[in-house]
Amino acid sequence: MALAPGPDLLGDGSGDERPKWDNKLQYLLSCVGFAVGLGNIWRFPYLCQTYGGGLGCFTVSSLIGIYYNTVLTWVLWYLLNSFQNPLPWSACPPDRNLTGFVEECQRSSSVSYFWYRQTLNVTADINDSGSIQWQLLVCLVASWAIVYLCIIRGIETTGKAIYFTALFPYLVLTIFLIRGLTLPGATEGLTYLFTPKMQILQNPRVWLDAATQIFFSLSLGFGGHIAFSSYNPPRNNCKKDAVTIALVNSMTSLYAAIIVFSVLGFKAANDHGRCLDRNILSLINAFDFPDQSISRDDYAAVLAHLNVTQPERVAGLGLESCHLEDFLDKSASGTGLAFIVFTEAILHMPGAPGWAVLFFGMLFTLGLSSMFGNMEAVITPLLDMGVMPRWVPKEVLTGVACLSCFLASIHFTLHSGNYWLEVFDRYAASLNLVIFAFLEVVGIVYIYGMNRFCDDVAWMTGRRPSLYWRVTWKVVSPLLLLTIFVAYIALLARAPPSYRAWNPQYDQFPTQQENVYPGWVQVTCMLLSFLPVLLVPAVALAQLLVRHRRKKKAALQDMHLKPQDSGAC
Amino acid sequence: MEGAENAFKVRLSIRTALGDKAYAWDTNEEYLFKAMVAFSMRKVANREKTEISHVLLCNVTQRVSFWFVVTDPSEKHTLPAVEVQEAIRMNRNRINNAFFLNDQTLEFLKIPSTLIPPTDPPVPIWIIIFGVIFCIVIVAIILLILSGIRQRRRKDKGPSEVDDTEDKCENTITIENGIPCDPLDTKGGHVNDAFMTEDERLTPL
Repeated sequence: MALAPGPDLLGDGSGDERPKWDNKLQYLLSCVGFAVGLGNIWRFPYLCQTYGGGLGCFTVSSLIGIYYNTVLTWVLWYLLNSFQNPLPWSACPPDRNLTGFVEECQRSSSVSYFWYRQTLNVTADINDSGSIQWQLLVCLVASWAIVYLCIIRGIETTGKAIYFTALFPYLVLTIFLIRGLTLPGATEGLTYLFTPKMQILQNPRVWLDAATQIFFSLSLGFGGHIAFSSYNPPRNNCKKDAVTIALVNSMTSLYAAIIVFSVLGFKAANDHGRCLDRNILSLINAFDFPDQSISRDDYAAVLAHLNVTQPERVAGLGLESCHLEDFLDKSASGTGLAFIVFTEAILHMPGAPGWAVLFFGMLFTLGLSSMFGNMEAVITPLLDMGVMPRWVPKEVLTGVACLSCFLASIHFTLHSGNYWLEVFDRYAASLNLVIFAFLEVVGIVYIYGMNRFCDDVAWMTGRRPSLYWRVTWKVVSPLLLLTIFVAYIALLARAPPSYRAWNPQYDQFPTQQENVYPGWVQVTCMLLSFLPVLLVPAVALAQLLVRHRRKKKAALQDMHLKPQDSGAC
Repeated sequence: MEGAENAFKVRLSIRTALGDKAYAWDTNEEYLFKAMVAFSMRKVANREKTEISHVLLCNVTQRVSFWFVVTDPSEKHTLPAVEVQEAIRMNRNRINNAFFLNDQTLEFLKIPSTLIPPTDPPVPIWIIIFGVIFCIVIVAIILLILSGIRQRRRKDKGPSEVDDTEDKCENTITIENGIPCDPLDTKGGHVNDAFMTEDERLTPL
């Protein structure tokens, strides 16, 4: 009499069950945390402002995991430096004779100087690697240690950590919302955000950027969502989960945009005010008016009067033109928004160090929850493929994965690290993910079969997917993905890939110099773009060959058996 | 005197510095300014005999800005600009304080001010905070690893420990060929884990 095998004993002979989420909230928070990343905060608002596959997935996730943590390193560095008053990026350091400020800082700004020189110590060219920036290396060790601490036992530990890392950003965003809306100039920023510019909306590039943003924002194609979902019970309402995650992701982007734009509106109003003050000072000094006699409101009238009476003297002063729209137009995304624009805006808020700590703490937890998804997408396939023998504990596997990613990411702490990060961000992430998502959709709908898939969904959720889902899976999604892919290729092919370099010797400094990538870097870009994708047909071919050989072997065995049978009789 | 060789232009922004508490610039304030300049010159070697009357002001405007020059005791020649510049630089702080102003609101054009050297604390603050966070993380990792090892050791020891206590067990489950007839009842009584392993499915007779 044998014991009836229960569901626990299926597949795992050693008694190690597949880990499970403690509750549904942990799963949802993990997916939301994975999807809601730095991009929701700093890429979506930028776009508003300007206009209006499993081995391949594993490779892409590893590449992204390597460079994504470098961004976390920078955020950690800024976070550690926020615990002082005044903030280190508030003033330029004096030069050696103590007569003025360091020239590079004077020509650009104290925040840009702190970012490019004191944090990155960036070289002027991607060829010039420089040495390792030890402060960044130390922060890199710390951030990988924190990632390891959170994923040490897989979802058992990430499930606990996610409560904090996924919810804390929303708390901070709300605090910033209240603060941002009460700042002067916030309403200008919000009006700017919500006023559509009709002629720009007619540009197809707008819609392409919107589609790419929503695609990357959901973090599809990494294998992270697949990894997380694999820990759910089989009968799970995945339809409701998908809609929830997509809605929460989009709402977060909108919420973040409101906050970012109220702060940007404040900053623009501030910069506009200071521009006016500089002009007023020039006028007062040149025409010997009493100190503080011209207020910001009187400025226009006084300037008009002077232009009529003494135009040559006014022209000789070199006054700047101060328009609020120009300051609102100064768009920035990515690292530019976080480390330059926002840090400057924070300087002008009362209680600046506190706001800086909150802001960078939020960015750190956002990036951390996305890293969980990334590393899960790397470790789950390794576990399932059985790369390590069974007796090796999971802590060792995650430790080895984190250590190898850490060693690979040391390269980004070099002085040219920022340029390399842009290379990885632009080429490793974009094309591959679009192709993987396209192959996943097409593979399931056309090769696995729409009817079979609908049956599976009915078994899991209790209902067959409606016409909306079937139409989008069959037509809309593949078409959109194909369009994004073709558009990307067209854009890349149009001009040789170039990058913006921070070069103090450049005559138009602080504008960044546009350099073309040298040949060997272009080859690296190509490899990063296409190597993960090539793994898909490569593995398919390998599996075909294996199956072909097995069939041949089976056929040969049949032939040997048949004569023996007849002989035995 | 404007633009003369050893003359310096001075610009004051009293309202900017003091707001409502701003004082008016009159001849008494000018007297104080002359006194401060004379005081600064007296600190220079060879110029100890400089008097207030040797400091000349002119072109006072509404802005408040004016030119000044320091003459030698004979009142025929003006002192060289380098000396005056040196003297003002050394005593800039005292001059500023006499007027409740600072380097930005009391400007001596052509005389650069000495900036405050950066006061670096002996250990940068970020290293301290980094040390705290890093230590916490390392301790937490070690604790988690140790607890994982202990859990695994308990799991491994579990079945072997129960083997020794088999005789002590008051087990009333009917056994046939080493396999219990009743389904495993984990709610009551002692469960003999030895009978759960698959190896014991076929016991040798």
